[in-house]
Amino acid sequence: MGFGLNLCITLTPLTVARTTCAGSVGILKPDEVDIHLLIEGLYHRYGYDFRNYAKASLKRRIHSFLKAEQLSSVPELQAQMLRDRACADRLLLGLTVNTTAMFRDPSFYVAFRQQVVPLLRTYPFFRIWHAGCSTGQEVYSMAILLQEEGLYHRCRIYATDANDRVLQTARQGIYPYKQMQEYTQLYLKAGGRRTFSEYYTAHYNNAILRPFLRERIVFGEHNLVTDGSFNEFNVIICRNVLIYFNQTLQNQVHELFYNSLCKFGILGLGKQETIRFTKYETAYEDLAKAEKLYRRRN
Amino acid sequence: MAYELIAIGTSLGGLSALKTLLRSLPTAFPAALAIVQHRHKESDQGLSSFLQKFTVLPVHEVEDKERIQPGHVYFAPPDYHLLVEYGYFSLSVDEPVCYARPSIDVLLESASDVYNERVIGVLLTGANHDGVQGLLSLKARGGTAIVQAPDTAESPILPAAAIAAVDVDWVLPLADIAPRLIHLCAAAGV
Repeated sequence: MGFGLNLCITLTPLTVARTTCAGSVGILKPDEVDIHLLIEGLYHRYGYDFRNYAKASLKRRIHSFLKAEQLSSVPELQAQMLRDRACADRLLLGLTVNTTAMFRDPSFYVAFRQQVVPLLRTYPFFRIWHAGCSTGQEVYSMAILLQEEGLYHRCRIYATDANDRVLQTARQGIYPYKQMQEYTQLYLKAGGRRTFSEYYTAHYNNAILRPFLRERIVFGEHNLVTDGSFNEFNVIICRNVLIYFNQTLQNQVHELFYNSLCKFGILGLGKQETIRFTKYETAYEDLAKAEKLYRRRN
Repeated sequence: MAYELIAIGTSLGGLSALKTLLRSLPTAFPAALAIVQHRHKESDQGLSSFLQKFTVLPVHEVEDKERIQPGHVYFAPPDYHLLVEYGYFSLSVDEPVCYARPSIDVLLESASDVYNERVIGVLLTGANHDGVQGLLSLKARGGTAIVQAPDTAESPILPAAAIAAVDVDWVLPLADIAPRLIHLCAAAGV
């Protein structure tokens, strides 16, 4: 890519931001420019694309990273990050959020059992894509649910994340033992039918999930910002990932999801996420409104 | 210069304080209200539907990228931070701030970051310090700060900490806060 072209790419988002802020700010404030340049630098130097992330939360994470690295300003971070790969990798980890738990939002799993499982029973085989699976807890939760419904042997779960480091944890399926008490509570609220401790063995401070839970799961690297569709799915689950994207990027990812779902396929979003403010609002009908389970129209 | 957003934070005792505040705001209130009330992460929408009974303004639990409309009341949903972008809200599940998610600091900082002097920050009754940093940032960006008088607060810890740390514009008994908001928004030429 030539220098001239790079320059063009760099200037375009500035123009867009200026239009968006018209009537209020006019042009970007100095600290906004600093962040803009940092994000552009990260993209042009390493290919990590945070350019269409939601600004407010991105800014917060950059500032907490500055504190952790004991740097005094965003330009200082930019200079260091451009020359120091290890610093850039730490920044990448600092900018991604990995909050998750087994059976997080238990009512989602209750609704999934009631509304989605009956539909899945009609297929001899089905594929689930768990996009942005982080350290894997919610993927294993789904495996447990399908196991209890007698459907696990009929499915394949593709669990993807852009971050290789969290995928390593996901593949292992080993979590701190002290979290099991909370997970057990959530499992019960999610309509679990057995004793949660049947699904793991305790080993010192860790809980190791039973290997059979991994049998139908394929873990792989996939970046929602830059990578395309890789299969056709009956269910796509993507919870609390899109909140970090701006509306442009949300629309782009919803296009990817729409094109990756089979007809009448199911889309599951996070509790406070919605299809409403996107271009794909009319492409889906509600399956369980409060739990953000949608069904693709024909 | 018209105020765009009133950002309110409260913790212990907040429910009844918010009831008092919201019921005194009229239909044509010209600014949007964004509220963080600390609550348990698995609580349902009970809070917003309860408070809807006491106000003529429409009450929402924010969904990601929801547009900010004047005269509407927006609650941070349980277990999400509420952040303000230009013209709409974003949510995040980043780490808790001051042990809280949603955090009052996060709301106040992001609100004043976008709307600068067109934000009024209000801290009501509360039992920890979440909100103090946010109110400092808000003042630094030219916003207006109102704090409930500690002796009228069910829990005076948060208001007292805010008054000690921030050069607040108004320290008011709970009953006077809504009239002050109405007056400020009217005086600002809406």
